[in-house]
Amino acid sequence: MLSRVAENIYWVGRYLERAENTARLLAANATLHLDLPRGITPAWEPLIAMAGTQDLFEAQHSDYSEPEVIRFMLGSEQNPSSILSSLRAARENARTIRDYMPREAWELINKHHLDAGERVEEGLSKRGRHEYLKRIILTTQTLNGMLAGTMNHDQGYHFLLLGRNIERADMTTRIIDVRTDGLLPLENSGLQAFETLQWVSLLRSLSAYQMYRRSMQARVRRGDVLLFLFQSADFPRSIRHNLCNIERSLKTLPNHESAIRILYQVKSRILSTPVEKMQCTPLHHFIDQVQIALDRVHDEISNAWFLPPH
Amino acid sequence: MKNIDWKTYEAGKVWDELIDTENRPRPHGEQLAKLLAGMDADELASRQTAADLAIKEMGITFTVYSDETQGAIDRTWPFDIVPRIIAKNEWDTIEKGLKQRVLALNRFIDDLYHDQEIIKAGIVPQEIIASSSNFRPQCVGISPRFGIWAHICGSDLVRDRDGTVYVLEDNLRVPSGVSYMLENRLVTKRVFPELFEDYAPLPVDDYPSQLYDTLAALSPRDIEYPEMVVLTPGIYNSAYFEHSYLAQQMGCELVEGRDLYVDNDDCVYMRTVGGPARVDVIYRRVDDLFLDPEAFHPDSLLGVPGLLRAWKAGKVALANAPGAGVADDKVVYSYVPDIIEFYLGEKPVLPNVPTWRCMEPEALADTLANLENRVVKPANESGGYGMLVGSASTKKEREEFAKRLKQDPRNYIAQPVLGLSTVPTIVEKRMEPRHVDLRPFILSADQQQVTMGGLTRVALRQGSLVVNSSQGGGSKDTWIVPIDKE
Repeated sequence: MLSRVAENIYWVGRYLERAENTARLLAANATLHLDLPRGITPAWEPLIAMAGTQDLFEAQHSDYSEPEVIRFMLGSEQNPSSILSSLRAARENARTIRDYMPREAWELINKHHLDAGERVEEGLSKRGRHEYLKRIILTTQTLNGMLAGTMNHDQGYHFLLLGRNIERADMTTRIIDVRTDGLLPLENSGLQAFETLQWVSLLRSLSAYQMYRRSMQARVRRGDVLLFLFQSADFPRSIRHNLCNIERSLKTLPNHESAIRILYQVKSRILSTPVEKMQCTPLHHFIDQVQIALDRVHDEISNAWFLPPH
Repeated sequence: MKNIDWKTYEAGKVWDELIDTENRPRPHGEQLAKLLAGMDADELASRQTAADLAIKEMGITFTVYSDETQGAIDRTWPFDIVPRIIAKNEWDTIEKGLKQRVLALNRFIDDLYHDQEIIKAGIVPQEIIASSSNFRPQCVGISPRFGIWAHICGSDLVRDRDGTVYVLEDNLRVPSGVSYMLENRLVTKRVFPELFEDYAPLPVDDYPSQLYDTLAALSPRDIEYPEMVVLTPGIYNSAYFEHSYLAQQMGCELVEGRDLYVDNDDCVYMRTVGGPARVDVIYRRVDDLFLDPEAFHPDSLLGVPGLLRAWKAGKVALANAPGAGVADDKVVYSYVPDIIEFYLGEKPVLPNVPTWRCMEPEALADTLANLENRVVKPANESGGYGMLVGSASTKKEREEFAKRLKQDPRNYIAQPVLGLSTVPTIVEKRMEPRHVDLRPFILSADQQQVTMGGLTRVALRQGSLVVNSSQGGGSKDTWIVPIDKE
């Protein structure tokens, strides 16, 4: 397949996954908000920090109020990682390769983007938000299923999976990062009782709550939650699971040696690091390293298979 | 709510394709007229809305450039759900005429790049070729397979007041529109299925496989599955939708210039995930001058350096061949009846629109004196740009145009203002006549094939004769319908 097409389909995978994960994160934050005692609100600033868009946000807003943060992450045209921008980018990439994917899939991506734009006011209202975000998640899942069920599982499909799984691993680390740090003003506040809520919220952000319960058969505790999200072999959004999927896709492609080498390094770090015992600062540091390693896997993929830059 | 009443339909003074001068449906349109008359206006409008929505969701678009937004906009394709119907027996004659015409044009192009017999015989003057902006000296002496240069041709047909069908122009460079022809049929089936109960319009969807066979016949390597690609200028081209559509339908790669390179062996390769892969046939949708920066525009980023060299060496086939556009010239158009007689020894089946060549002093004088009643066109523009429709122009526009004409008469032709035929079109829940043309596509390689019908373009603005999508035009599904002999 063409190198340019491989690159575009990889980005379709990444952008769709980014839109879906952002929707999950916003939905979970809204739920947490409802669970907390009156007067205590979850901080919205970390959500902006997670995507690395503080500078952009602060250039346009004076404070981190809920409506402003939601608008910025959901519908802002200026924010390149908002749900709407991600869907637009997915659609534009799909448009450059619409000859390559099944027609129904292109039509759904196109409709997904149109719908999200037309209903954006619904998503911004408190009443309509849940439905809006649910639709974003469901449509993306439908699309994933449609592609799995109707597209040849050839090299192109593996580039789609690579994009999706790298983005998912990256988003999982970002969500863990933002949810383990500074979400609630816990110190000396008498709110320790609500700590469990914070971990439940982290699991919910990744749609992991139910699977955690089944898999860990334990109450929700920090160490177990971290262990589950980094090292579970079974949960499809854990870092380990994503790395294994990336490995499988890489092995179907020619000239995969250097990409695989980097991947093995990060995989063995994940499996050998006792995340359950790490305090906030070392954990944050470790997550940074994992993100850098994922960037290197991306660079190797780009070097091996994408078009050389002009 | 009121139903459609053909009695009140004002067909005007031109030929209407569905309703005759006494407000009765023409024989091939009786069922359609009856069905439409049985629907109330709201029902009809809701079908139109459904079609618009389907087109938006299917992502059927074309790209226009706008000064206001300083960039390209991806616009949905305007479509009217009332089909245009042509009887099969009439179509058979048109098809015969198109094959004849395109065969003669291909002979003509081949002759121009070889011995120029037609010039020696004094039929076409030398200076027309010498001054043609689409004659490519780089192509002299090249012999493409089968002697065919224009493998894909789109000829525009119009019907005048008396019902005669004329050829208005031939597009031999990179004609577009065929994907909309195919999509229009799909949309009509989706939103207006009951129409197909009374009619069985002949199918149009063979086109992608016919195009595939045409291109495959050109392959320089004798292999079962030649590697064929569609070369597009990219996502910002107005016909990008079509490029990707055709690649998808033929199951071949859609490439941009940067995906390809020519190696030292003069072969063309594409950059793939698994390394270089040799390309045999390129259906190029990039204009000649941007094809190869080594041979033409040195600063073109759309093309592939060395492509012309590879083509000349016979290592790759290009469709259409570079230089085929020389016969696209509207001055050359005026000679087509002579060209047909010269190469085929036959009378033309389809007439040309009477044409004055402004390079001839008498014709220029006549044109200047009658500008109000003429359509004046530049010889080498497409898309309806740079032309004057005399009857719809202001005095000031005519004066300015006259100046341009006098400066560069070689570059203009003049024709009478034709009364383009109309088809009923939904305008705010009412049926109103709108002018149409028709662009069939003709494929040529080892054999010739013509699309079943073609793309009907419709001028959606009242009274407008300009059907180009870049200028407020839309389209209709086109049906070729067999008439039962009773």
